[in-house]
Amino acid sequence: MSKYFLRRTLILIPVLFGISAILFTILVMAPGDPFEELATNPNVPPEVRMNLRAKFGLDDPLPVRYARWVASMVRGDWGFSFVSRVNVDTLILQRLPTTLIVLGSAQLLAILVAVPIGTYSALRPYSIFDQIATTLAFIGFSLPTFFTGLLFILLLSIHLDWLPFIYRSDISATGWRWYWEHVRQAIMPVAVLGLAQAASMTRFMRAAVLDVIRLDYVNTARAKGLSEGVTLVKHVVRNALIPVVTLVAIQIPTIFGGAIVTEQIFRVPGIGSLLITSILANDTPVVMAVTFIFSVLVLLSSLAADMLYAWLDPRISYR
Amino acid sequence: MEERELRALVDRVKAGTLSRRRFVRMMVGLGLTAPMAAQMLASAGVVEAQAKWTFNPTKRGGGGLVKTLWWQAPTLLNPHFANGTKDQDACRIFYEPLASYDPDGNVIPVLAAETPSLQNGGVAKDGMSVTWKLKKNVVWHDGKPFTADDVVFNWEYVMDPATAAVTIGPYRDVVRIDKLDSHTVKIVFKSPAPFWAAPFCGAATGVIIPKHLFQAYKGDKSREAPNNLKPVGTGPYKFVDFKPGDIVRGEINPNYHVPNRPFFDQVEMKGGGDAVGAARAVIQTGEYDFAWNLQVEDEILKRLEQGGKGHADIVPGGNIEHIQVNTTDPWTEVDGERASAKTKHPILSDPAVRQALNLLVDRGSIQEEIYGRTGIATANFLNAPSRFVSKNTKWEFNVEKANQILEAAGCKRGSDGVRAKDGKKLKFLYQTSINPLRQKTQQIVKQACAKAGIELELKSVTANVFFASDPANPDTYSHFYADLQMYTTTMTQPDPQRFMDQFTSWEVSGKDNKFALTNKTRWRNEEYDRLWKAAESEMDPVKRAALFVKMNDLVIQNVVVIPVVLRPGVSGVSNRMRDVVQSGWDSNFWALAYWSKT
Repeated sequence: MSKYFLRRTLILIPVLFGISAILFTILVMAPGDPFEELATNPNVPPEVRMNLRAKFGLDDPLPVRYARWVASMVRGDWGFSFVSRVNVDTLILQRLPTTLIVLGSAQLLAILVAVPIGTYSALRPYSIFDQIATTLAFIGFSLPTFFTGLLFILLLSIHLDWLPFIYRSDISATGWRWYWEHVRQAIMPVAVLGLAQAASMTRFMRAAVLDVIRLDYVNTARAKGLSEGVTLVKHVVRNALIPVVTLVAIQIPTIFGGAIVTEQIFRVPGIGSLLITSILANDTPVVMAVTFIFSVLVLLSSLAADMLYAWLDPRISYR
Repeated sequence: MEERELRALVDRVKAGTLSRRRFVRMMVGLGLTAPMAAQMLASAGVVEAQAKWTFNPTKRGGGGLVKTLWWQAPTLLNPHFANGTKDQDACRIFYEPLASYDPDGNVIPVLAAETPSLQNGGVAKDGMSVTWKLKKNVVWHDGKPFTADDVVFNWEYVMDPATAAVTIGPYRDVVRIDKLDSHTVKIVFKSPAPFWAAPFCGAATGVIIPKHLFQAYKGDKSREAPNNLKPVGTGPYKFVDFKPGDIVRGEINPNYHVPNRPFFDQVEMKGGGDAVGAARAVIQTGEYDFAWNLQVEDEILKRLEQGGKGHADIVPGGNIEHIQVNTTDPWTEVDGERASAKTKHPILSDPAVRQALNLLVDRGSIQEEIYGRTGIATANFLNAPSRFVSKNTKWEFNVEKANQILEAAGCKRGSDGVRAKDGKKLKFLYQTSINPLRQKTQQIVKQACAKAGIELELKSVTANVFFASDPANPDTYSHFYADLQMYTTTMTQPDPQRFMDQFTSWEVSGKDNKFALTNKTRWRNEEYDRLWKAAESEMDPVKRAALFVKMNDLVIQNVVVIPVVLRPGVSGVSNRMRDVVQSGWDSNFWALAYWSKT
């Protein structure tokens, strides 16, 4: 097992090199220029722009730029943003907590919604409750987050005027009010992300419970005279959760993807919105760093999912 | 009225025998606008009253928090590295220039004690130097005094090529800066400078950073200065917090050098999102007090305004959406370069075809149907400040006349309805960036041209590519590998010298200069060059204005470009805000210290 883990981890290294090389090539070849705004400003002489390009090494050939990027990355230097001239790691660290809070709560909300609803639907398949839950789940995952986001804003902020639709990372209030303000502004982005997640997770949970509830040991548990509640929690849900847990692990990168859009709509200052603005500004070092983090996350979560399988189900073993 | 008579009148106002108001009224009677008359007086040295604020508090502070929204977030807080107006605005909360430009382009002292002029001896008679007296008792936020050394330092800082400052433009014309005493500086120019208010004025290039915090970080080390992210300025607000790409916050400066200002205790500038969302947050829901640059269709703005919480504030300036007509041939390669300055456009070099095109742009409909309040039809390329605006031009939409001109020039209609001249069809490629307003404009022009037998092929390029400065990409506006192209040129200074250099022969954009120079149409005209050079050193404001009017007329008569609409700035302002005076020549925050709220 530990040998397998070691091997998988070692394979990650060439894979990451491959990913970064492809990312870098695409980014450099994409049209655009970080100093575009300076180009259209008559006050800025063209020499300034040329000078900046030369200074930041934008005029060097692609292999040279990539080698330089790799060399500094290996040393732990992420470079600095062309646009804000701030170190990339500072920028990312500044934004990571917000993203983690929003994504974490969304994920929590998804689990809290999906597990009970999925279970109950499976216990009473094709009942009215199940039909409604199924319909809502389908609506949920067929609507993209940018659309539900706008719907929420229209309804809750503009028509009802209940919630603010602009997320502020620093709120001046203190004590309980501070918490309350944070909760209030996080409701919409968290709900948009969480409900989209919950939709597919509900369907998954329902299928898993349906699979388990038919099994003999559930009948045995009931025959032993265990109460329905204990049977359900200890024997059904627990076993049905195994595939759902792996699903959550595998979906983490997808959530980051959804967060990019949601963060932009609600002006949540997280790494998703950082990625978008950096792409628009052709800020290569920042885009590289954020996409690189995302790809590391994808690789790690697929590794984690594999490991979790082995952990949860002793019949699977890796060599 | 002759120039001489005008001058005599201005002199009478100066001498006090003619009242200011009477003069303005006489001018209005002659068909001039009141601001233009005021401009004439101002440029002739008749000092105008200072801007008036509706609210004049008797104590500093007490206004609470003012919340502002920029849909592009500020990314850095060193004004000399500003990437765009978002950064300039963010810096202007904390830093100040010697003087700002008000909405009419007047120079309003900020860190200067007074505006230099020929009359008070600040501006040298030959235009070779300007002397600024600095305000005394101004202190930086950390308590150190602001002195002439800071001014001199900023010039040195910017001029060091290793600093890579983007504000270098106006400072290259400065030979040296003499510190006359602790609060007086004399700026000596390379050549006579009629626009002496370029260095150290306005938020774009003029703001001053403290010597004592930046002198160790000049040149190569400029990126490492800790104060690049923690500004210590002289402005109305002190720095509290900054998250690049997200938010800037400031708190009141208790030692601000203007008494009883500012009104608000804190300021917040939030960035990110989109323009429509920003418009909504200020105009419809009132969640924010001010929003920057609302590039939103007027129809949407009007709908949001019905909520009554805020309004769109239209800020006149000189930005012009125009169609450029290529003078070179974009379809033949000469010396490995298309649209080379050595070539001539096979059809568009015919003045008749250009005249016809000019008649086929229906500016009235474009304003009415597409832009509304955010685009004003114009016949001129140079539209502001008012004293530089030509009265000799007018625009016309006339398909009939265009047909006649083309017919007379020997462009005969073919069987498919498209005209041809000497066997060459009048088919043109018309490119612009992707932007719904521009695509609609393209359609209007295309339809009108079709009626006159000119076929237009429309092309739209994503803005990212179109405005990129990448010399290898053939789709950028600076390559101009098309017959016609349309975009907005921004005019950032209240003086047209820099703005008008885009028609001079030495600015022709091409391969040898990596397409970096400003003359995209590659039009060359000796008379224009001569006029431009004359204006560069002409110290008489009236004569100089006449030179610019003539330059504009040359461009328009030769149909080098077809002006479409003026694009004023649009800000969103809460209805409870007072004195949020916006200037098309300066930062949105140029008057932040005077803002207040009911």
